[in-house]
Amino acid sequence: MRLLRNLLRNPAGAIGLAMMALTAAATVLTPLLSPFDPFALDFANAMQPPSALHWFGTDNFGRDIFTRVLAGAVYDLRLALICVFGPMAIGVLVGLAAGYFGGRVDALLMRLTDIVWAFPFYVLVLAIVGVLGPSETNLYIAFFIVNWIGYARIVRGETLLISRLEFIEAARVLRFGRLRVMLRHILPNATTPALVYSMSDVVLTVQAVAAMSFFGLGVQPPAPEWGLLIVESIDFMREAPWMTIFPGLAIVWIGIAFALLGEGLSTALKPKG
Amino acid sequence: MFLAILKRLLMLVPVLIGITLLSFLLLQIMPGDPASRALGTRASAEELEAMRQLWGLDKPLWVQYLYFLRDCVTGSFGVSIFHKQPIITLVAARLPFTLAIVAYSTVIALVIALPFAILAAARRGRLTDVAIRQVFVVLIAMPPFWLCYVLILFLALGLGWFPTGGVGEGFLANLYRLFLPSLVVGLSTAALIQQSLRAALIDTMQADYIDTARAKGLRGREIFLRHVLPNSLISTISIIGVRVSWIIGGTVVVEKIFSVPGLGSLLIDAIVSRDLPVIRGLTVFFAVMVVIVNLITDICYALADPRVRLE
Amino acid sequence: MSLLSIRNLRTEFQSPSGIARAVDGVSFDVEPGEIFGIVGESGCGKSATCRSILRLFGGAPARIAGGQILLDGAGDLAAMTERELAQVRGRDAAFIFQDPLTALNPTMKIGRQIAEVILRHRKASRAEAREAALQLLRDVHVTSPERRLDAYPHELSGGLRQRVVIAMALALRPRLIIADEPTTALDVTVQDQILRLLKERRDSLGTSIILITHDLGVVSQICDRMAVMYAGRLVETGRVREVLDAPSHPYTRALLAALPGQVGRDRALTPIEGAPPSLIAPPPGCRFAPRCTRALARCTQGDPPPLAPRAGAAPGHLDACILDEVSDAAA
Repeated sequence: MRLLRNLLRNPAGAIGLAMMALTAAATVLTPLLSPFDPFALDFANAMQPPSALHWFGTDNFGRDIFTRVLAGAVYDLRLALICVFGPMAIGVLVGLAAGYFGGRVDALLMRLTDIVWAFPFYVLVLAIVGVLGPSETNLYIAFFIVNWIGYARIVRGETLLISRLEFIEAARVLRFGRLRVMLRHILPNATTPALVYSMSDVVLTVQAVAAMSFFGLGVQPPAPEWGLLIVESIDFMREAPWMTIFPGLAIVWIGIAFALLGEGLSTALKPKG
Repeated sequence: MFLAILKRLLMLVPVLIGITLLSFLLLQIMPGDPASRALGTRASAEELEAMRQLWGLDKPLWVQYLYFLRDCVTGSFGVSIFHKQPIITLVAARLPFTLAIVAYSTVIALVIALPFAILAAARRGRLTDVAIRQVFVVLIAMPPFWLCYVLILFLALGLGWFPTGGVGEGFLANLYRLFLPSLVVGLSTAALIQQSLRAALIDTMQADYIDTARAKGLRGREIFLRHVLPNSLISTISIIGVRVSWIIGGTVVVEKIFSVPGLGSLLIDAIVSRDLPVIRGLTVFFAVMVVIVNLITDICYALADPRVRLE
Repeated sequence: MSLLSIRNLRTEFQSPSGIARAVDGVSFDVEPGEIFGIVGESGCGKSATCRSILRLFGGAPARIAGGQILLDGAGDLAAMTERELAQVRGRDAAFIFQDPLTALNPTMKIGRQIAEVILRHRKASRAEAREAALQLLRDVHVTSPERRLDAYPHELSGGLRQRVVIAMALALRPRLIIADEPTTALDVTVQDQILRLLKERRDSLGTSIILITHDLGVVSQICDRMAVMYAGRLVETGRVREVLDAPSHPYTRALLAALPGQVGRDRALTPIEGAPPSLIAPPPGCRFAPRCTRALARCTQGDPPPLAPRAGAAPGHLDACILDEVSDAAA
């Protein structure tokens, strides 16, 4: 649709989209791209540096790292997208309500966000997952509890601004139902900055997910999640640095893709003129 | 001024109470029974009961919360199960290192981000500006914990310029040893603030009073040093203020990797060993730290910008 | 010898749709000690002309494409390097911007901002500069000047701020002051005071003032001579009384007819139909012709007409209309 075209028109958006498409294609086409099984152990070929056969080299179990990285993409992307867009939905609703209804509802919600906001992100997520126990579900729970706040604040701010604008006044005068005003008029405009923010949130969430694996609190082995790949490589860092570097580069790649997408979105969504 | 600060502190009380409440409730969701976890599966029923009484686990929830609140206010936070020491002692011993990394990282972040922001603003729209932005995009995309290992790989193991961790005696020794962990946090923070810094600089550079300065006959460098920079630095304070939470949270990761005995590694150890009182106490402490640093930032901002009163 | 002689000035602005010729062949002189007003609607180029004099485009992508700006005793400002021009600014010629709130550095004390221009061009100590600033504040009738020296811009009212800006401009007794809509951002009650202050300063110091405004009332209040601009060119110049009482260019007449004050009770207001032409691709001939009620075919041919004296007009009263009979247009 039109958004896509606008996005493609600016360089950042186009490159970001291309990178995402490339990644998605590579993930889907893994069997075509690589003959190796990400979980198959092959000690004879362990710790091989990158070569024509093993593009990213092999790890201490002889597994082909390129294949593992591609397989890991599914984990990290799924985790990141759920942990971003789920909380985003919650945050947007809360922010809308706070900004639109104002008064005590707003004050209460803002107090709440102030309190949760005071905790450094990592501290809170670590504490929650640490308390609940390491598992993917608990990871989701932790992120859902913590991550919605940024969105709530952004959307609340925008809603406050937009509610005062004249066309909303006009809608109110015309006796449109409250819900309708909120959904049809305020929602699209207020969520635009939240959408742009979500892109940078994905970048940071992918890192956070990987960091959780690092602390043993996230996805468990032998899943080829990128953070896990890095953790498992630490003991072998001296002999096989490629084990550490490539999974990290994968995270950087995704990060760049989403960052560029965010830039492109921000330009594309700007009102003309 | 002092009255305003006092008023601010009073306004913080509900937030602080909320922090303690949240931390308390957080740890209530822990599955299982803390007593049996602490004493092991082979403890007798009496021993378990004694442990529960010691911790007040037999009392109703709200009473437990009040005990916890009292602990927080008196600063005791209880005793660590794992270390068998009062938590406050542990915190006192480790706080300086964490604070050192926080301060060091902030300095590094500014040293890296500010010059590039100035360059990008001066060459706005041109190739230099775009190139700088892309470099910082790549920087943001690097996960901090991976960056730690990359730096260790190249700078510590490879070139041998820096140790792989630990802390030293005295200021200079720590300046050296804490460089790598602070560099990691500093780099990712720099990546986050560079855009805002550039925008603040551009805003300042396009202000009318810069035109007035030129109309007086002042030249580029004078204008920059006397008008652009001071006003931009004020914005810098608030830009950093927003990121305080991020910087403090960043220490958690790097402390563990670089074996720095700070609060972050204490938290991680506590989580691994299921040391409930420490987890609870530290979560409160971290949040309070963020709140206090934010207050200090606000005060600095009010001092720096004559248009702003702390009210 | 005129103080300021502008000869065929052309200034261009870069825009996404092309190069806009904001000032397209403007010539006029300003005599020592006179207050010269330039009027015109938004976008006519009056601001661009005056900013070109000291090359203060505020970061906008503009450049002087041709012509000369001769300041008596300094030379051709258009041909100077930035370094040379920086010497002239503040010392020989000063600029007053429209909005005094944004024109002053919000985080610097007033006294220091005034002292800055003194210290830039003169060897003086901080204390001496401060003394001078104090005196300057008195000259512009700022009350309790000692206290104001240490005030910040946001602590002063709009009128006071503009007085400070004027004090800053007058600090080194420049022979020329350019004021870009100095009263537009102020309350009506304060506007009058500021205008009278400018006039008073001119009377005591002999400074020439170029006053840009869209308000004909301002012009009639303090200006000696005036120029009317349209679409990057001058259409009429002369002594204020003569131009306002007997305007000879159709545009000037239309401007006056559109003012509520000029028209009698029973006559309807006659706004000027149409809009100004594009500055990127201006039409041939007289720029006002498309909107002129009396335009003829030859008005839209060839080059835009230059300013020229008219038979029967007072000396110095020039206009750029080629029509012979400029009688009153029928209602």
